[in-house]
Amino acid sequence: MKENNSLVTIANLSREDIMHLLHQAEKFEREPNRTILSDKVVATLFFEPSTRTRLSFETAANRLGARVIGFTDPKVTSSTKGETLKDTIMMVSNYADVIVMRHYLEGAARYAAEISPVPVINAGDGANQHPTQTLLDLYSIYKTQGTLDNLHIYLVGDLKYGRTVHSLIMAMRHFNPTFHFIAPKELAMPEEYKIYCQNRNIPFVEEEEFNADIIANADILYMTRVQRERFTDLMEYERVKDVYILKASMLKDAKPTMKVLHPLPRVNEIAYDVDDDPHAYYFQQARNGLYARQAIICNTLGITV
Amino acid sequence: MKREELMVAAIQNGTVIDHIPSSRLFEVVRLLHLEDIRQSSIMVGYNLKSRKMGHKSIIKISDKFFTDAELNLLSVVAPNVTLCIIKDFEVVEKKRVTLPQTIAGIVKCANPKCITNNEPMPTRFVVSQEDPIMLRCEYCEKEQSLEKVKLV
Repeated sequence: MKENNSLVTIANLSREDIMHLLHQAEKFEREPNRTILSDKVVATLFFEPSTRTRLSFETAANRLGARVIGFTDPKVTSSTKGETLKDTIMMVSNYADVIVMRHYLEGAARYAAEISPVPVINAGDGANQHPTQTLLDLYSIYKTQGTLDNLHIYLVGDLKYGRTVHSLIMAMRHFNPTFHFIAPKELAMPEEYKIYCQNRNIPFVEEEEFNADIIANADILYMTRVQRERFTDLMEYERVKDVYILKASMLKDAKPTMKVLHPLPRVNEIAYDVDDDPHAYYFQQARNGLYARQAIICNTLGITV
Repeated sequence: MKREELMVAAIQNGTVIDHIPSSRLFEVVRLLHLEDIRQSSIMVGYNLKSRKMGHKSIIKISDKFFTDAELNLLSVVAPNVTLCIIKDFEVVEKKRVTLPQTIAGIVKCANPKCITNNEPMPTRFVVSQEDPIMLRCEYCEKEQSLEKVKLV
């Protein structure tokens, strides 16, 4: 982490940085209510609405005893009057000890971190990075498997545009994973990430089929949504739209310790009968976001519990 | 200096930038801010015949010497230019430009959703790959090929 302890991307975190944050998250899970930030103000600046991420951050700050200021919708701010991002950041940094920012433009978080006198936590910058989502994914994997090392991780669905799966690959590079990329041709894993794996000797297998046999060896099944608007060829969409749906019947041969993750919101890519299956983990995964974000907020403020 | 270059008058002291691809000539002018030079005379030869390149352009700037950092900016648009430092009508030094590892403030990011295209701020790129040269925007992290980049 650089630029005054800001968290802009997961890509430059070392194995030690990641493990430190996960161990901190573990402590917050054991005891989420700690008034260690009662003299701090956390600003949440959402230039793009994201209820789920915002509620998670604000809960994390509130449970740490911090006060929260900010906006949930840029329509109410001066950016509609033409104020630059820089001016908004400089103004807010006068009031807050840390800034949590979601922005629709790519690279906005790095720029904010460069100019801000207080640390900035990237809560998503366009299609670019969403490091706190990745950290909660890592925490969910660590918690359910007891380790991050030597796991078979199956990524399913939209691997072309899915920002969360790309960040997960980069974050897992320290932990000797084996990846399985399961996607329709049109939404296959982009070349640059396959080259990224090859350059780091990370083995991966690509599949188009998605069934009980294929996933029997998985430790983690990470589902993403196949969206209609991503297809140029709608015939192709009609052909594959039901292929990448996980049903409870497909889990009969799965490892007992295997868990199903999903960044949410889900639409239909996980059938509702999976919710009651012991492999389902996506709702707990979302709760883990609270502990991961408590760890991140404290870390950017230089506080270790 | 012979052949067609003679059409562009020799200079007594100064800098000659040779082997500029003609399509990049005006970008070279912009990068070195030649339009702001008031004291020296500047000669420009455009679309001259060249054995090496078919057609090329050349600029001769009297009584003006640039820093390596200024000249290295040219590598972004014209990596194969030849630079000659002239003293008393003689070439006293020949050099090539080298691409800096970080390119700040001169190249525009091709991604319309990049913060650098939506905020009054300088851009910054790092060289992420050689041959073909790729630049990565330090903000939106998108890679782009050097051949296609536009100047800000």
